[in-house]
Amino acid sequence: MKNLSLKELNLGLASKKFSSVELTKFFLNEIKTFNPKINAFITVDEEKSLQQARDADKRISQDNMNELTGIPIAQKDIFCAQGWKTTCGSKMLDNFYSPYDSKVIELFNQSGAVNLGKTNMDEFAMGSSNETSYYGEVRNPWNLDYVPGGSSGGSAAAVASGMAPAATATDTGGSIRQPASLCGLTGLKPTYGLVSRFGMIAFASSLDQAGPIAKSAEDCALMLKVMAAHDTRDSTSIKQNIPDYLKSLDNPIKGKTIGLPKEFFNDDLNQEVKIVLEQVIDSYQKMGVNFKEISLANSHLSIPVYYVIAPAEASSNLSRYDGVKFGFRAKEFKDLEEMYLKTREQGFGEEVKRRILVGTYVLSAGYYDAYYLKAQKIRRLIADDFKNAFKECDLILAPSCPSTAFKIGDKTEDPVSMYMQDMYTISTNLAGLPAISSPAGFINKMPVGFQLIGNYFDEATILNFTHQYQQITDWHQKTPGADV
Amino acid sequence: MALTDKDIKKLSHLAKINIDSKDEEIVLSKLEGIIKLIDSMQKVNTDNIDPMSHALDITQPLREDVVTEKNQKNDFLKLGPESNEDYFIVPRVVE
Repeated sequence: MKNLSLKELNLGLASKKFSSVELTKFFLNEIKTFNPKINAFITVDEEKSLQQARDADKRISQDNMNELTGIPIAQKDIFCAQGWKTTCGSKMLDNFYSPYDSKVIELFNQSGAVNLGKTNMDEFAMGSSNETSYYGEVRNPWNLDYVPGGSSGGSAAAVASGMAPAATATDTGGSIRQPASLCGLTGLKPTYGLVSRFGMIAFASSLDQAGPIAKSAEDCALMLKVMAAHDTRDSTSIKQNIPDYLKSLDNPIKGKTIGLPKEFFNDDLNQEVKIVLEQVIDSYQKMGVNFKEISLANSHLSIPVYYVIAPAEASSNLSRYDGVKFGFRAKEFKDLEEMYLKTREQGFGEEVKRRILVGTYVLSAGYYDAYYLKAQKIRRLIADDFKNAFKECDLILAPSCPSTAFKIGDKTEDPVSMYMQDMYTISTNLAGLPAISSPAGFINKMPVGFQLIGNYFDEATILNFTHQYQQITDWHQKTPGADV
Repeated sequence: MALTDKDIKKLSHLAKINIDSKDEEIVLSKLEGIIKLIDSMQKVNTDNIDPMSHALDITQPLREDVVTEKNQKNDFLKLGPESNEDYFIVPRVVE
């Protein structure tokens, strides 16, 4: 059951080769074996999972099943799930049991999927290595001394190690694509507004978007089909016809055009990553795809712009953690003011506090125009670059990350060097565009991915191109321990 | 712009996060690194550019002003570190 695709698991369940209870028990057992080393899960609740599996088996016996019925899915601990501890990787929420389901959890429950457990993550999704979690760092299944990436590092490590068939994740600046690249998986960040943010704990509301991390484009297509839905409880959720992403996977790609941003393929690009990307280009050319140089002239400004906008929104969103209505409260204080100060000092980790302080600074009197407004203006320039680029091409090819995974502890002392991890992913969040990272090879036995960026709501084309690449390569089928 | 100890104290107050005086120096040096990073925006000419606050050009959806969620008052009150019947309890603020 370990390396089967979601489609194969669906067929196995439909043909009664195995039951959902058997399948769920199998993965719970894998978690027992591997999680102590990898630390991908914060919360596992066998009884809750098995109850859902029994319900799924009942549905299957009544022929009332769809693609994900009975399949265990790991859920990032950013999604509120009723009755489940939902921590967002923070001490602040260590005692928080959600009284309601997020829209994403609701959709998986409706489809009959089994919640396999809540995955580890950087605290409040702020990080690129999964080292900022209150629950300890997650380890990369390809080499336990290395980070899995972040912030969805637990989701990526769970799937890469075979503890889960697929997982949910979220991406504010690269938190789906970067861990997917570092763990040898396929991860899709949809267009902003495609997946509801209701009940998804907020970091930077104008950038946050949920999506899947899985073993292939086909699995991502199946996951997205469940996750994408209009939701009136999220005022930024878009009313959009959701296409059947599976149906277009085999569409012909011959004669289509992929843009190559000259700003990404310059001397700053890691030479080993460049060689891998050239092989990807070669594979697409063999399938009859044309390449064209394009320009994203303002992309180098993405990181500074992001580190104004994201902390500004975070400082506002995280003001709700005040020790009054839910979550952690400091034990000793002399008055209300001190209760706030100490609760937030003790409840938040270093990186979260740092970003709240940066956000407070850029929004404070006298600096608003110089930082926040300036960043919003450059954000438009970045988005306009993409709009112009898509007049000339169907998709854009880019590196996913500057390098393969780095060693645990290597970047924790220098926040700015950690921020550079997202230099190729952040611009799409600022523009709101969809993008995927797909496995493309290995450098020194560690996985490396490539990124395909699509036009607004064109997830179908992204998945189609990625699937076609995965038909002629087998990088996505490699699992840790394989000779690579 | 160079930050000072005074700035850190002001930010700590505004953000309602206590910063231990022994940590001020390290907090300051790391924040300065980030401010330096974001200051690289300043050289870009953004005259006549409209600020972009949202990824998509959408307008706020409106709906009838009716209750749509079920009442979970007691569930939510239970989540508070300290609550009684209808209230979350905080330290006394009015003498």
